[in-house]
Order: sequence, then structure tokens, then C-alpha cells
Amino acid sequence: MKKVLSVVVLLLVCAVTYAGGYRVSLQGQRGLAMGHTGVAMVNNAEIAFFNPGGLVHLEGKLNVAVGGFGVFSDVKFQNAEFGQTSQTDSPTGTPLYLYASYNVSEKLAVGLAVYTPYGSTVEYPTDWSGSHLVNSIDLSAIFVQPMVSVKLLEDLSIGGGPILAIGGVNFNRNLSRNLTDIDGNRSNVELDSQGLTAFGFSVGAMITPNDQWSFGVNYRSKIDIDVEQGDGEAVFSNVPNSPLAPIANGTYDFTATLPLPAEWTVGVSYKPSDKWTLNFDWNYAEWDAYEALDIMFLNTDGSLALESINPRNYKNASSYRLGAQFDVSSKFVLRAGAYFDESPVQEGFFAPETPRNDSYGFTGGFTYNVTDKLAIDASFLYLTFKEIDASYDSYVEGGERVPFGGTYKSSAFAPGLGLSYKL
Amino acid sequence: MKKYFNYIALPALALGLVACEPEFDNDIAENDDFYTSGSADFSSYVSVGNSLTAGFADGALYITGQENSYPNIMAQQFALAGGGSFSQPLVSDNLGGLTLGGMQITENRFVLATDADGNPGPARLAGTPTTEVSNIVAGPFNNVGVPGAKSFHLVAPGYGNVAGVATGQANPYFARFASTANTTVMAEALAANPTFFSLWIGNNDILGFATSGGAGVDQTGNPDATTYGPNDITDPTLFAGVYAQEVAALTSTGAKGALVNIPDVTSIPFFTTVPSQAIPLDEETAATLNASFAAYNTQVLPGLASFGVITAEEAAARQINFSAGANFITIQDEDLTDISAIVQGAPFNLDPITASLLSQLRQTTNEDLIPLTTAGVLGTVDEAYVGFLVSQGLPVEQAGLLAINGVSRPLQDQFVLTTQEQALVTAAQTEYNATIQALADANGLAYVDARTALQNVANGGVAFSGGILSSQFVTGGAFSLDGVHPSPRGYAFTANAVINAINNTYGSTIPVVDIGDYATVTISNDVN
Repeated sequence: MKKVLSVVVLLLVCAVTYAGGYRVSLQGQRGLAMGHTGVAMVNNAEIAFFNPGGLVHLEGKLNVAVGGFGVFSDVKFQNAEFGQTSQTDSPTGTPLYLYASYNVSEKLAVGLAVYTPYGSTVEYPTDWSGSHLVNSIDLSAIFVQPMVSVKLLEDLSIGGGPILAIGGVNFNRNLSRNLTDIDGNRSNVELDSQGLTAFGFSVGAMITPNDQWSFGVNYRSKIDIDVEQGDGEAVFSNVPNSPLAPIANGTYDFTATLPLPAEWTVGVSYKPSDKWTLNFDWNYAEWDAYEALDIMFLNTDGSLALESINPRNYKNASSYRLGAQFDVSSKFVLRAGAYFDESPVQEGFFAPETPRNDSYGFTGGFTYNVTDKLAIDASFLYLTFKEIDASYDSYVEGGERVPFGGTYKSSAFAPGLGLSYKL
Repeated sequence: MKKYFNYIALPALALGLVACEPEFDNDIAENDDFYTSGSADFSSYVSVGNSLTAGFADGALYITGQENSYPNIMAQQFALAGGGSFSQPLVSDNLGGLTLGGMQITENRFVLATDADGNPGPARLAGTPTTEVSNIVAGPFNNVGVPGAKSFHLVAPGYGNVAGVATGQANPYFARFASTANTTVMAEALAANPTFFSLWIGNNDILGFATSGGAGVDQTGNPDATTYGPNDITDPTLFAGVYAQEVAALTSTGAKGALVNIPDVTSIPFFTTVPSQAIPLDEETAATLNASFAAYNTQVLPGLASFGVITAEEAAARQINFSAGANFITIQDEDLTDISAIVQGAPFNLDPITASLLSQLRQTTNEDLIPLTTAGVLGTVDEAYVGFLVSQGLPVEQAGLLAINGVSRPLQDQFVLTTQEQALVTAAQTEYNATIQALADANGLAYVDARTALQNVANGGVAFSGGILSSQFVTGGAFSLDGVHPSPRGYAFTANAVINAINNTYGSTIPVVDIGDYATVTISNDVN
């Protein structure tokens, strides 16, 4: 135990933080430990996230999995032309999950999944060189999903259910590269809106032709998180007292839409022996839904006070995931995995609020079966991004495009801990 | 159970260590050799000069202006290559006015305010300033820029004596941070132990003359500064002497540095904003005026030329013509022959008032420069002159018509920088710059051609991320609202010019700044 503790201490020491992109692939200890695969593997109640179609295959009457992760992430930025440097100081993210399933009969199971597939917390030093694009952002979306799973044939099951998404956003940026009040304080806006709700669904199917092979497919629908007038507030501060300023200090309504894109996953799971399981998943996220982050600031009468047009122009992107599980003993199971995550961000649209380029994830973990019913699951993720020279070219000032860019390097480390229970 | 943890702990430990922070292949902040100082040593940078070094802008010295002074901008970049901290004698507020014994002695800064109709224009920021000159701030300071200082002031003992401020013997900006009453600006600079310096002095040696519309005296040939008025042009020989003395002092401990030359007055909006053709007239008024000057144009001037009183060339230059639309301003040009006496005699026999009007009358040309401050005078009625005319027996109404500044009442000398006056400025400036360049060459110092840099801004502008930096008043971005001093963006542009010259001379690799990150004019309606 001492070694484990020492690792934990080390991780806390380097608890510099923040996560790239706003899709967070941390939905279960066992899946994450295997490269965040699981669309075709029935392991524990995590299958409720990975593939509701597999829920009916869970052993026992009741299955529960709960857990969470600590996300320590960091982004560094530098621009050699102007000698600019910056480093995020984001708070630790803590995505949590809870999955439960109940086998009504051999052919029918019902379940409930609560998870956080989207979220991002990025905090740059206030007034850093890219502060006209973002000072800090905190996005979160909790999905609550009841579901049902049916075994249609001996080797084919399907499942799915509606998703209630509960979202929140807090976003702070400066109004421009240099607008200040009379004392030099940068003019700033902070948007905040919490408790936004929207609906979607996910459906999945699993084919289990024999004990060695299984195949899965899962689709999670796009969910638009809409901020309507009255849903949140935008507070402008340090704006100079002048009709020449773009807006006056104060609190405004705003509208915006943040899409949580649809996602396809297909995968295969193969058991070459009793002790080994190998997984391969292919994710395809329809990020092209994220065309722009356009924010309209409204006066109390609903008229437009100021608009902020921020093209994003994301493209659809894939990730390729590999995982392996080794049953050391009846008590102990080891897992490892890796994945390649393609960035949805296109050249010239590299906004520092989601500094996400192609990344490689390396994962590992284990399960310790305390009893037949209760297991402790642990995992970790190390996500490394290639160093990239990138810019965001669609910021407009006085009718001119003003690119902001430099060299970015990000990484994230996410250790997680959970419990699995079956009855 | 324990043995299994070895499988987990070791790779986790390894990954945990590398996961602490992302690392750049070549990190600006952590690689000491990323930016180099070359053969220079930026550990103690001291800037010496006048308002341009102090960060003066918008007609005042205020905190954010000082923070955007070109030396402070440079010091932030020097810090990437061994540069040390950079302290400035910050004033107490962002209003900018100074007080002496509680009485306000300089005005607050300009901001861009809108009037009742929404039209933007410079106005003084409202508020009671808190920068008391007699509250002396303790140095030594890295920025030893003193607004108003001329070349010879830097070596003048007592220039920072608070007791001398009220009488004009000392400079309030220097007095508030001078360590002793009798110290000199140079002594304060040396007290900061410079390893590197910048020197930008000499602008005020011509600028006072220029901004006063040539109201001062060209002292070329008179090296005795004690006889100078505030608006005089400094003798280039005196300039060369004190400048050499200053360079010798700054380099005496082996410090390297940069010498910045003197830009053209025609590069600053103070002289380029008000057009020479500034008088709008309708056709009827123009015709009336032309009729009243017909005899002057067709009889008096040719007559004087034929008598040999003035040359044919001067007679041509003195023609007065108006037309519908924008017209050239009428001025009293002290470099013209005074004809007031002769036209009162035969054969012209003009009355004294008309003779006085015509004495040194001409219309401006496109080559004359109209100071920004003249804009408020043009087209207004010279009330004092109305009073004079009435005392001479003219009806008030007629007197009023004869007293319209720039039209019927020619502008006096201080309202126009004529081509002759410009020539005096340029002659002195050329000699100063020759001195500066020669001393830079002789001492192996960086020579910063601010003159060319500002010419580029004034003639077409300079592209940057976000547009074009130009000298256009208010909108061009380079100049603050006094029309003389740069805006923060203009100072950033200046800093880049100096950095480039330093890199060229010393082989250093100091990065420039993105001038688009720096503000231009400050908007506010918190005005008087």
C-alpha cells in the first residue's frame, strides 16, 4: 500500500490542471483502464454508458458501478516572436459516474446511467496574451439516462434510453486586446448560466456469436445546450464610461448554443484465452455540429446590445482505442490500453479555450475483488498532446482579422477510483 | 495483494512523473539561451530622456502612461534575456495633473469624450489630481525620463529643486523624484548603476519652438543656455557639447546603450491635423472679401514690387484670394517685409488700421504647418481686436467683421509654423541627429533612427496585426490626444524600433512586442 500512497502523493504534488477539449472520455474505471473501450465488452455496469444494448448480458440481478476521477491537466503556451508565455492554472476536474442495472428477466434489463461525457475547465492567468479570447472557461454537462435492454435473439441484444442533459457554463474573457478603463483595468465579460436542460438519447446493439467474440455498436445523439434569454447573465466590468465603448458596464442577458455532438462507437471484443480479453473501439464524433460559438448580449427589453461571433468550424473526428485485460487470479484483474484521439479542431481555428490537437492516451488499471459481490476498480489515464504551432485566425478587431497563436503543449493525468457491486 | 501493486505502482509512478507538466521542446521561459543579450548586459537598464522616455501622453504624466513608456515595454522584453527589474517614478494617479503645495500646476490628461451631439473630441479628464510635487519619491529609478527636459537640462544642477519649481527654475517632474535639490538628471541615472542605457534627448530643443508656432528665438550660434527662453531652438554646438558629455558619463562604467535620434515635427499630428486650407466660405462671402482685397492685389503689391520695396516673388506670395469652399488661412508672417509704414504714405495713403492689417499679410500655403492648438482659434472673433477697432472709432458691427481670426484678422506668429520657421527647426534637427549618429558610431552604441520610423508611420502608416498604425489624429493609433506624444501603441512601436537597433548592434535576440496588444486613445466621458 505504501507504494500506492506514494504515487498518490506524487500526483497531488503535480496537481497542475485543466483538460483539453470538451469531450471527456472518463466514463468508467474498467473501460478507461482498457483505453476507454467497452462497446463490445460486458464487464460491469459501465456497459450502461458504453452500450445499453449489452446491459441485459450482465450477470446477477443487480449491478452497480460508481466512481470518479481527478483530472489534473495543464496547457502551456508560448509565442517566440513576441516572447509571450503562459500556463494554465486550472482547478482539478472531478468527473463522476453512477451506473445501475436490474435484470427483470433473462431477456430484459432496465438501467440508469449518470455520467459526465462533456466538460472542460481551463483557467489561464487573467489578462494573459490571449485573454481577448478566453481567461477561463468551465463547461459541464451531466447526463442522466434511464434505459432498457432487450435480448432479441440468443446472440443479439439491443438497448437504449432517453438522456436528460443538465449543463452549465461559466466563461470569462476580455472584450478586446487592449480596451481598458481609465485605470488600465482590462474591460471584461463573464458569462454564467447553470442548470440548463436538454434532451437526447443513446441506443446500442451487441452481437455475441460465441464465447470468444462479441461486437457492439452505440450511438449517442447530439444535444444542443441552449442558453435562452433569462437563463443566465453576462456581467461586463471595467468598460470605460463612454458612448464610444462597445457596451456599458452592467449585467445583461445572453443567448448562445453549445452543441454536444453525436457520437458513434463500433467495437469488437475478443477473448483469445480464459485469462485475456482484447478490445478495439472506433469512436466517430460528429463535431461538425460545432460551427461557431456565437453569443448575443441582450438588453432587458430583449434588443441586441452586443454580439460576439466566434467561428469554430470543427470537423468530425475519430478516435481509435485498444485495450487488454488480464485475469491474474480470481481476486485480481489487470488492464492496460492506449488510444489515438484525433482533434476536431481545424487549422486556423485553434482557440485557446479548447486547445485540443491530436493526442495519445495511455491507460492502465486494476480490479481487486474484495468479495464475490464487491470490487474495487482503479485506473489512470495519461493523455499527451503533440506540441503544436497553431493559431486562431477568426478573431476580428476593427474589421481586421487578428490571428492569435503560438506553440501549445498540453497534457492531462487522470487517476480514478470506483466500486462495482453485483447481487 | 501487496505483490500485485508492483505491477501498478511502477508504471504509474513513471507516468506520474512525466505527467506533471507538459514540456516544450524549446521553452522560452526555461531555456536561458532562447533569447540572448549578445554583447550587451541588460541586468540594469536605465533610460534617460524627456517626456518620450517618461511615458508622457495625452498632455500629462499618469500611471498607465508610465507603464506603457517605451523603456518599460523594452524592460519587459529584456527580462527574457537577463534583464533585471525596472523601476519608474510612478505618479499617484491616472488623472495626470501635478500639484505644488496643494495647488494644481499642470492640467489633467486628455481623454476622448463625446459632446452633446455624440461627436468625439479630446477633453480634459475630470478629477482632483493627487500627485504632489513636493512629495519626493525615493529612487534610484531605472526610468530617468523628465518631461520637458532639453539636452542641457540633464546636466543642470538644481533642475530638480522643488524650491525652484514655482519660479520656473526647476522642473516639477524631476523635482518629485530628485534625490537632492542640487542633483542632476545624469547623476540620478548613474545612481542606478546602468549596465545598459537608452538616451533620447533633444526633441524639446526644437519642439518648443515648433509647437509655439515659432514664437521663440533660434539660438544657433549662442551656446549660453542661461539666456534662452523656453521656446528657443538650442544652439547645435551647445547640443553637441552636452550630448557628448552625457554619452561619456553613461558609458564611463562600460555600459552599452542606444541613442535615439530626433524625429521630424511634420511626423506628429500636432502639425498635420489642421489643414492649411481651413476656412470654409460661401461664394458670396468670398466675392465680398475678394472685392475688398482687389486694390491690395492689383495695385498695392505690384506698386511695392515696382518700387523695389518687395520682390516680385514676395508680391506673388502676398496675394490674397478667396473662393467658395475651403480657403487658406490669412496670417501675419514675421518673415515678410513690414509694409505698414510705406502704405500709409503716397501713393497708397492707407489708413493705419488697414496698413496694420496688410503689414505682413499673406495666405498660408500647403507647406505651412498649423498647430493643433490653432484649431480652436480659427474663425473665432478676436475680441481684443474688436475692442481696439471700436476705440479707433469703428462701429462694433464692422469691427466684428474685421476681427475674424484667420480670415479678416490674420493669425499672429504663434499660430502658424511657417516654412521659414520649419527650415530653422529642420536645420537644428539635422545637426542634432548628425551629432547623435556620430557619437553612436564613435562609442559603438546602437543608433535608433526614430526619425525614419516615425516618417513611415506618418507617410502611409505601418501594418501590424489589426490594421495600419498611422499618425492620423485620434484614429491613426500612433499618437495620444495631445498630438505630440505617442499612444501606448505608438510607444510599443517605438520600443520595437529601439529593440531592433539594439539587436542589430549587439547581436542580441530580444523579441519585439505585438503592438496590437497596446491601446491607442483612451475613451471616457468623465470630463469637465
